[in-house]
Amino acid sequence: CTSLFSDITNAKMTEREERRFAEVPRESIKLMAESTGVELSEEVATLLAEDVCYRLREATQNSSQFMRHAKRRKLSVEDFNRALRWSNTETVCGYGAQDALPFRPLKEGELFFVEDREINLVELALATNIPKGCAETMVRVHVSYLDGKGNLEPQGTVPTAVQSLSEDLLKYYQQITRAILGEDPHLMKVALLDLQSNSKIAALLPYFVYVISGVKSVSHDLDQLNRLLHMVKSLVQNPYLYLGSYVRSLVSSVMYCILEPLAASINPLNDHWTLRDYAALLLSHIFWTHGDLVSGLYHQILLSLQKVLSDPVRPLCSHYGAVVGLHALGWKAVERVLYPHLPAYWANLQAVLDDYSVSNAQVKADGHKVYGAILVAVERLLKMKALSLTLAAEGGCAGLPGTATGAVGFRENSLGLSPPPEPLSEPPLGIASHLQAGGAGCPWEEWTPVSLPAMYCELYSFFGDSLAVRFSTDPPLGGAPPSGSRQPLEGRKEPASGAPNLENTRKMPQLTASMNISPRQDGSPCMEPQPPSLAATVPGRSLARSSSSSSVSRSRSSSSRPGRSTSQSRDIFPKARFPLPQVGPPAFSFIIGGRQMGRRCQGRRFQTSFTPTPPLTTLPPRAYAHKLPVIGRVSKPVRRWTCSHYSLHLPL
Amino acid sequence: IIRQKIPKKKKTYYAAHVMTPLLSAPGKKMAAVQDAPMELDAEKETKPEILSDGTSNLSGNTASGTLSSPPLTAGGAPKQEDQQTLIAVLQFLRRNKLTESVEILRREACLEDQEDSQTLDGSGGGKGDGDGGDANSLLSRVSIASAAAPQSTLTPIPVKSEYDQPDVSVVLSAYSQQGDPSLYQVYYSSLKNFIESVLDCHRAELSQLFYPLFVHMYLELVYNNHENKAKAFFEKFSGDQECYYQDDLRILCGLTKKEHLKGNEALLDFRTSRFVLRISRDSYQLLKRHLQERHNNQIWNIIQEHLYIDIFDGMPRSKSQIDSMSGSFAGETRREVNKAKVFYGLLKEPEIEVPLDDEDDEAENEEGKPKKKKTKKDSMGSKSKKQDPNAPQQNRIPLPELKDSDKLDKIMYMKESTKRIRLGPENLPSICFYSFLNAYQGLTAVDFTDDSSLLAGGFADSTVRVWSATPKKLRKVKSAAELNLIDKESDDVLERIMDEKTASESKNLYGHSGPVYGVSFSPDRNYLLSSSEDGTVRLWSLQTFTCLVGYKGHNYPVWDTHFSPFGYYFVSGGHDRVARLWATDHYQPLRIFAGHLADVTCTRFHPNSNYVVTGSTDRTIRLWDVLNGNCVRFFTGHKGPIHSLAFSPNGKFLASGSTDGRVLLWDIGHGLMIGELKGHTDTIYALKFSRDGEILASGSMDNTVRLWDSMKAFDDMETDDFTAATGHIHLPDNSQELLLGMYHSKSTPVTHLHFTRRNLLLAAGAYNSQ
Repeated sequence: CTSLFSDITNAKMTEREERRFAEVPRESIKLMAESTGVELSEEVATLLAEDVCYRLREATQNSSQFMRHAKRRKLSVEDFNRALRWSNTETVCGYGAQDALPFRPLKEGELFFVEDREINLVELALATNIPKGCAETMVRVHVSYLDGKGNLEPQGTVPTAVQSLSEDLLKYYQQITRAILGEDPHLMKVALLDLQSNSKIAALLPYFVYVISGVKSVSHDLDQLNRLLHMVKSLVQNPYLYLGSYVRSLVSSVMYCILEPLAASINPLNDHWTLRDYAALLLSHIFWTHGDLVSGLYHQILLSLQKVLSDPVRPLCSHYGAVVGLHALGWKAVERVLYPHLPAYWANLQAVLDDYSVSNAQVKADGHKVYGAILVAVERLLKMKALSLTLAAEGGCAGLPGTATGAVGFRENSLGLSPPPEPLSEPPLGIASHLQAGGAGCPWEEWTPVSLPAMYCELYSFFGDSLAVRFSTDPPLGGAPPSGSRQPLEGRKEPASGAPNLENTRKMPQLTASMNISPRQDGSPCMEPQPPSLAATVPGRSLARSSSSSSVSRSRSSSSRPGRSTSQSRDIFPKARFPLPQVGPPAFSFIIGGRQMGRRCQGRRFQTSFTPTPPLTTLPPRAYAHKLPVIGRVSKPVRRWTCSHYSLHLPL
Repeated sequence: IIRQKIPKKKKTYYAAHVMTPLLSAPGKKMAAVQDAPMELDAEKETKPEILSDGTSNLSGNTASGTLSSPPLTAGGAPKQEDQQTLIAVLQFLRRNKLTESVEILRREACLEDQEDSQTLDGSGGGKGDGDGGDANSLLSRVSIASAAAPQSTLTPIPVKSEYDQPDVSVVLSAYSQQGDPSLYQVYYSSLKNFIESVLDCHRAELSQLFYPLFVHMYLELVYNNHENKAKAFFEKFSGDQECYYQDDLRILCGLTKKEHLKGNEALLDFRTSRFVLRISRDSYQLLKRHLQERHNNQIWNIIQEHLYIDIFDGMPRSKSQIDSMSGSFAGETRREVNKAKVFYGLLKEPEIEVPLDDEDDEAENEEGKPKKKKTKKDSMGSKSKKQDPNAPQQNRIPLPELKDSDKLDKIMYMKESTKRIRLGPENLPSICFYSFLNAYQGLTAVDFTDDSSLLAGGFADSTVRVWSATPKKLRKVKSAAELNLIDKESDDVLERIMDEKTASESKNLYGHSGPVYGVSFSPDRNYLLSSSEDGTVRLWSLQTFTCLVGYKGHNYPVWDTHFSPFGYYFVSGGHDRVARLWATDHYQPLRIFAGHLADVTCTRFHPNSNYVVTGSTDRTIRLWDVLNGNCVRFFTGHKGPIHSLAFSPNGKFLASGSTDGRVLLWDIGHGLMIGELKGHTDTIYALKFSRDGEILASGSMDNTVRLWDSMKAFDDMETDDFTAATGHIHLPDNSQELLLGMYHSKSTPVTHLHFTRRNLLLAAGAYNSQ
């Protein structure tokens, strides 16, 4: 349509000045005809030119009524198109613009044209500035005149899609981001603290979220990632902020830290494991507190975790992140995603773990990390499931006989950390099918809650006694002392044992024979053997646990357990299937690997029972230790949140 | 080089498109040209073709026929002509195997033979067949309290659609009888000299002849292919015409070919309708004598054939008097046109028992109780006690029965009106402005519900949006499945059926495929109407926020629609130059009001629902009787398309606003213009009377709201019998006195105005940030 207009303007004004409208001269008509390969005689061109003029004028006249009825002053291209359409004329293709298109004269020759610049779509799409002008149409009332007198009260500004920030806020934003991403740890702490409690920063939220979404660009810098995650935490904890749909963005940033094979993880010296642990914790925190803001968030998270887990191409650190993330999301997530997937995954993991070649050492170390994470996750799964069962059984809900009630029953009875409070409000089948759609390897549709003993048996077949040991050494489910009383105890003991213990655990992330030269042989405080049955040795055990530098989440989880005696559930767990080591402290052996005769995957050959004096086994860890002296070591003092709960530590 | 190339390409592109219609057209044109000489002998043969061409304006373009008794200059001739037309139509129908229509037409034609020429209109029934009968039966179906009343059902009067001769070539052929084209200039200038030489008192009157004569002569020249002479003629005399004809002249000057004439409906209408002039007998005699002396037959012929001179006895009118009434596309109003009786009074308010619970509410207030009752009686009683002599019969038009909810609403209304602020020159209303922000898509229409609780906006992007103007959010009714679960016996069932999950401040209604030009709420707030460029009027439910019905019929953009104050009926007007009356439960119109020479731009219902007023691009206003479809008032005087209309609350007066920035006030009973309010500098899109009619508010594109003292305007104008009889009005130029206030908005054109029940003025418009 612009071409039409341009033609009108192109046309020279007629010689007769009285006619106050433009005409298309016959030269133009001839020119146009020539360009399509038609030769026109002078006469035809004149006739055509006149007719064209008339039709154009007619269409313009008609288009003006569309303008009037649209209550506009400016005739738009759209009006002209409508006029053409209603006069049964094929409209000229193209789009009109809201703004007037400027006409430009060409210096050489009397040529005018519409300035119609090309738009670089790539540039437009990748532009970082958010285009304005997409704000919602709304109505606002304003008392303009009160009793005939003008109301001087300002009407306020028109809300736009992008609110412009006030000077102060902008300054605050710059200060805060500089402090958090800067070098000074003290400043950072202050900034984070303020971010956590400032009530006036709602307008800045999108900017902070944008900064946080920059995790992808700093994946090589663990420190920066850590800082950004802290920023997330502060924002999430700020009670004055309504995160709204920004939750999604935050979650995706956190998920990035959990799941992606970060550039930082190439260097084994970098403790990206801790970062992943922290991110997972953060994820669960966001989810518990803000999960209701975005519908379907839970399933999306589960889906992406499951995708990573089922993708064998992904590096082990990603798998680790997935496991850790599932664990953080609660035992139900583990039950739904990790547990059914375990058989398939086990084969891959085992292959890694069974490869003793030197070149595989790094990967193997990673594999052990994953193994440990799975073990921890599975352990809690079993515990919580048992707990929920006992609650169901004891809780007086006679109609809910444990496992048979399925997910709903669990949800109702689950306490503490385990279930997401309400995002599961959709029927379980819906979730399942949703996950199924994501290309899960496991038969999700047929998913039915596995009974606890069956689950234990199956898991035992993977983990063997390392699972059983964990149970038997753990505080009795019901009898755990409240964390309040435990913490000081730990605190007191820690100075004594902290350093060596830390060293030990760091050195032995792998579940190898080196395990049994662990605390005991190193001369750690808890020297006495702890047969699985010795459940009463609480201090030692807790100390051992606490040796993993910090057990915040641990203590949290234990504190959240109900103070009930659940002897019944304990009976479900078979004791280690070997005779208790009566040989005395230095000489006891146990089975680490599971007996997996009935399963497709082969048993872990090297994981047979062994005696405490295997000269052979002492060497490999040394080698690892030599090669990877600081797996999981952090260069800075371990922080409160770094819960190495997941790092594998067998408290023997 | 590149720059040069680009425009070149565009040119070719454009050429290809412009050529298509041209190439496709010649066939038709040739045929028409060939037909032209044959027309005289073989009129019947050509008519079918004409008909098929004119199907889009079947509804008729002529003005004359719409008036109840068209004054026929030559007694029998038109009747004969109509007979011929009928035969031609029959032939055409038969040829196209439309046997049903043929029969209907025949039946109606027989009637016509027996009856007077009055029922000539019946021939139109062939086209609008079902409509008349259908309308009748359905109107009777509307349950009314007293069904026994003889007038409660509409007598079967077919849809008004004149059929005089909307046929192109017949119309144009009249131009073929012509004098020497080279003498046209001489004729015209001799008349011009004569008029300029006559006495002042006659000059103003006779000057009215200039414009119609000029146009007709120019068209004759064009029709007879004297292009250069036509151009010369135009250039020489176009400057003499009144400035308010500029728009028409602009169209004319582009029209230089006979082919152009065919497609231009506006000019065809100009030709078919007789341009009405009002001239005193003295002036007319002068003119006649002059023309006869000079043997200026050319001009005399045009006057005889194309003009209608309404001669009156008495003093010639002054220039200002003439100017105030002229300006329309069809000249002035014939005096007898506005003589028909119009029942402009309000209907009697239904007797509503003052509900007991209402008094219970006020029970504590012992003093307030009797007072309240009294005021209620005052406000309602005067109307309910005695029937307004000017009011139509209660059941003249079948009206829907009042539902309980309507009664409740009436009670609410009564309560509110007791708290109404009495407005006046000393007590101006406060104004609340509803600004539409970020309306990039273009706000085209706004409406408020009567109780000001809802606000609807029509947008150029085809959407309709409804906002709640109160804190109460908009909710949808639950789905059928959910509704089944509801305890239907519970007291709060109406609350329970609403789906709380859907509560929001605004709802979008999608369905139109073109800009929405008009929106109107039903009085019970259950429905919303929207009219759009896509040719449909849609009825939306405000319970489910879905579209219920799409009323098709206009086939062209529908510029406006308006619900009857009693619901059920609504009127729409559009580009097809007719207004249609619909009932919500019928997909076909009940009445088609044809007569405007150009688009019907705005439509309003009279407060008593018996009349409909339409404003048009032809710069005229017509008042139609819903009962029989007659045009009962015809107002001229605007100099531009009319874009807003408003009835005074008592139904006696009408205000109209147009693109010329003037508001005109009309007395419906007398059929007279009674006021002119000048001040706005741009199109007036909104007009509204305050609830008691003391103040008229006008809103315009010039970003202002102006308040006018309508009481004073009505009182000042003494409409005695003499002025009513002659139709001569002396408008005092008192706009400045009547203007009570002018209020600027912040670069927001005023699209709609509304007075709340307590007389707070609400204005609405889209904020324009540029």
